[in-house]
Amino acid sequence: MTVRIVDRRQDSRNKSSINRSRFIRRFKGQIKKAVADAIAKRGIRDLENGEKIGIPGKDIGEPHFRHGRGGRREIVHPGNDRFVQGDQMDRPQEGGGGQGKGQASNEGEGLDDFVFTLTRDEFLDIFFDELALPNLVKRQLARIDEYKRVRAGYTQSGVPTNINLVRTMRSAAGRRMAIGGPYRRRLRELQNELESLLDEASPDPDEIARLRHEIAVLRAKQEAVPFIDPFDLRYSNRVRIPQPSTQAVMFCLMDVSGSMDEATKQMAKRFFMLLYLFLNRNYEHIEVVFIRHHTIAEEVDEDTFFHSRETGGTIVSSALKLMYEIIQARYSSSMWNIYGAQASDGDNWDSDSPGCRDFLADSILPVVQYFAYVEITEAEPQNLWREYEKLVSTHAGVFAQQRIVAASDIYPVFRELFRKKLA
Amino acid sequence: MSRKRQHRIAEGSDWTFEELDRADAEIGRVARAYGLDCYRHQLEIITAEQMMDAYAAIGMPVYYHHWSFGKHFLETENRYKRGQMGLAYEIVINSDPCIAYLMEENTMAMQALVIAHAGYGHNSFFKGNHLFKQWTSADAIIDYLVFARNYIAECEERHGVDAVEQLIDACHAVSSLGVDRYKRSPPLSLQKERERQREREAYLQSQVNELWRTLPRHEAATQSGEEVRFPAEPEENLLYFVEKHAPLLEPWQREIIRIVRKIGQYFYPQRQTQVMNEGWATYWHHTLLNTLYDEGRLTDGFMFEFLQSHTNVVMQPPYNSNWYSGINPYALGFAMWQDLRRICEAPDDEDRAWFPDIAGSDWRETFDFAMRNFKDESFIAQFLSPRLMREFRFFAVLDDDARAKLEVSAIHDDPGYRALRLKLSEQYNLGSHDPDIQVWNVDLRGDRSLTLRHFMHRRRDLAPDYERVLEHLAYLWGFAVRLEQQNEDGEVTLLAERMHDRRRGATE
Repeated sequence: MTVRIVDRRQDSRNKSSINRSRFIRRFKGQIKKAVADAIAKRGIRDLENGEKIGIPGKDIGEPHFRHGRGGRREIVHPGNDRFVQGDQMDRPQEGGGGQGKGQASNEGEGLDDFVFTLTRDEFLDIFFDELALPNLVKRQLARIDEYKRVRAGYTQSGVPTNINLVRTMRSAAGRRMAIGGPYRRRLRELQNELESLLDEASPDPDEIARLRHEIAVLRAKQEAVPFIDPFDLRYSNRVRIPQPSTQAVMFCLMDVSGSMDEATKQMAKRFFMLLYLFLNRNYEHIEVVFIRHHTIAEEVDEDTFFHSRETGGTIVSSALKLMYEIIQARYSSSMWNIYGAQASDGDNWDSDSPGCRDFLADSILPVVQYFAYVEITEAEPQNLWREYEKLVSTHAGVFAQQRIVAASDIYPVFRELFRKKLA
Repeated sequence: MSRKRQHRIAEGSDWTFEELDRADAEIGRVARAYGLDCYRHQLEIITAEQMMDAYAAIGMPVYYHHWSFGKHFLETENRYKRGQMGLAYEIVINSDPCIAYLMEENTMAMQALVIAHAGYGHNSFFKGNHLFKQWTSADAIIDYLVFARNYIAECEERHGVDAVEQLIDACHAVSSLGVDRYKRSPPLSLQKERERQREREAYLQSQVNELWRTLPRHEAATQSGEEVRFPAEPEENLLYFVEKHAPLLEPWQREIIRIVRKIGQYFYPQRQTQVMNEGWATYWHHTLLNTLYDEGRLTDGFMFEFLQSHTNVVMQPPYNSNWYSGINPYALGFAMWQDLRRICEAPDDEDRAWFPDIAGSDWRETFDFAMRNFKDESFIAQFLSPRLMREFRFFAVLDDDARAKLEVSAIHDDPGYRALRLKLSEQYNLGSHDPDIQVWNVDLRGDRSLTLRHFMHRRRDLAPDYERVLEHLAYLWGFAVRLEQQNEDGEVTLLAERMHDRRRGATE
């Protein structure tokens, strides 16, 4: 009788994946909150990995009828090293650990956070739950004009540059073997015959002559088999397959005039971070261009963008013009998906705002996938907002604007801007 | 040399199917020589990931889906990945055939250890112990779990995941009050289960109507008596009571309650025999492998690896160690079985005085007797020897919230042995471990509220969880639910009352 051994290793590996997703589904509220907290602590480009998050232990406990701590309890412990019957001692401190921890043992409430690791996908799924990139699908399908050539086996026709030498020589060798084989065999037979004839005491000269002639004819035929033939030629084959564009550029435009203080800039940073993370999910490669402006605009690196201060007036159009120039110079090809996000306190030089609107409508909006404007201010909407407002209806789907008052608005505003719209 | 080598098993660290087969055959041969009576068993090779899956589903190969299992999975995964815990080497399922999991990553020596431990140790315990025989149907459990999973999946499809989840949450919350402690439930059978399920729906529904009956005839009958209680006798199996009598549940809801109850019942003997069962399996892997070693079939290298794992498993840290988290059931159980054999084979005067019946008896017979007829509580009360209490240096601490200080109430000395043994035995008595809560009354003629009563023992109160449990219970019952507490002097106080708002429940 031998034992039955079943190899289960190939069975479905994720028996618990349903339970796992049920868990995440059930505590989505808490998990979302934890995810939002986690995001605040991270740098703009390092939002890639999965996240270890904690949710309050008391929320997920499963209640049971259990004994509390009161009343008389007697517990037996091992390892007595000092006590005799009747000894009295103080109650150990709760959670003191180590010494005498036994008394405070198994009835702990488990109020610690329940910590677990979300995979990157789960993390981003929750984070961007119900969000969609505007126009993403449409553009991708409608504007495929990049192609990639990929190998696709071998063909018998083609241009000489594509001749595949190894394949060609291989088929030539095969052909030579197939055609020359019968001749070689016959030749061997005749030669054996000839030798045995010559070994005889009195060979027949006619027979010898006949054999020699036949051998000569066969040799000639065998040598006539060509070393290489057009039939043998093989060409590497390549086909063109359409290549959806997988790269995006994100323009961060921010007002750094005197009216933007550090807190406001931090809020803008959070917003840009979200956008970066979100785009990252949809594109393989992302470039970020930081443009800051007061009365004149300049392209800067991330650190300068967020941390240096300038003073002076505000001319928003300078930034828009710089953005347009950069697009023309570096991102003009159709390979780029372009997103723009502008953050400002809305304070602009009065006569500049209508110009901004026109420039945006005429030059920028036609080439970008989406342009979002957030105004970070507690005050009444400023003139830039009112001008931009006119674009919302004429360029629905490409342009949107929202107002942020406090840090807690950032995420809702972001969600509002990128909310999945029903088709 | 080479002939002798052929008889060796489990050489080298990598396992192969042939080697597993040979190891199992050899271990089985020795086990039969010792007279172990086992179910057939089946070894299943799984990966570490699958082991974590199995963990999350309490080791069962098939289980219904619920978020709480996902929680266990995440917990295990997190601790495993951080290296805080290794995975258990073995999970064994009380079924016929008995299924033992072998983890792919283990060495050949570990596999042999698991085969001996689970495939023969636990297996023979499942087959022999009276609790398992009486309470679990090893031949039907897998089928029943399949039935349960499919039924619940079907309900999720029909009634929505949320409704089913809320119901299962509620069932889990009161599942500790869902076992019959004294009467045996009928054996499970998949086919009967299916056949009867529909009948039961109809029947149950008709039974519940008793709670609705408000005909004058009935009223006249009850008015003649003083006060008629329903149920007539207090009922301790709360889930059973809810399944049979909750007025508003749909048939499918009753069926799910029954499923949770049945599975809880199936696991109940495992909770009652942890020390015995683990000790028994540990004792037998130790004995079987040592016997094979004595026969020259195991290498020294094997034994070193085996002994290292074995000693880790049976380690008992003292109370003041950082590693201490209560008594290790493997350590206590293993020591008790070993001690029992010593009492049989080489008793001293103390043993003869304490165990006159078994000192010097045939150890295999005594083992069988003990394994078949006891549970942790009675096993300790019967067989824990003074020598073992000394070895473990047991002492009992009395924690009375009415006193400022803790008191050592007994230690491992002559006056303390009996008291200590009794206290330790009491510690493994599930009856006193879980609070004693019973269904006390249903207000049939009034608001149909359900009243539970907690009978206090040694003034022990309930953990504040009870309020949330009551909410779950109110959901199940559909009307108000009250929890009373009766102290040892017979005074009754109302602890909490929960009303279930059905209109809200219905729209959710």
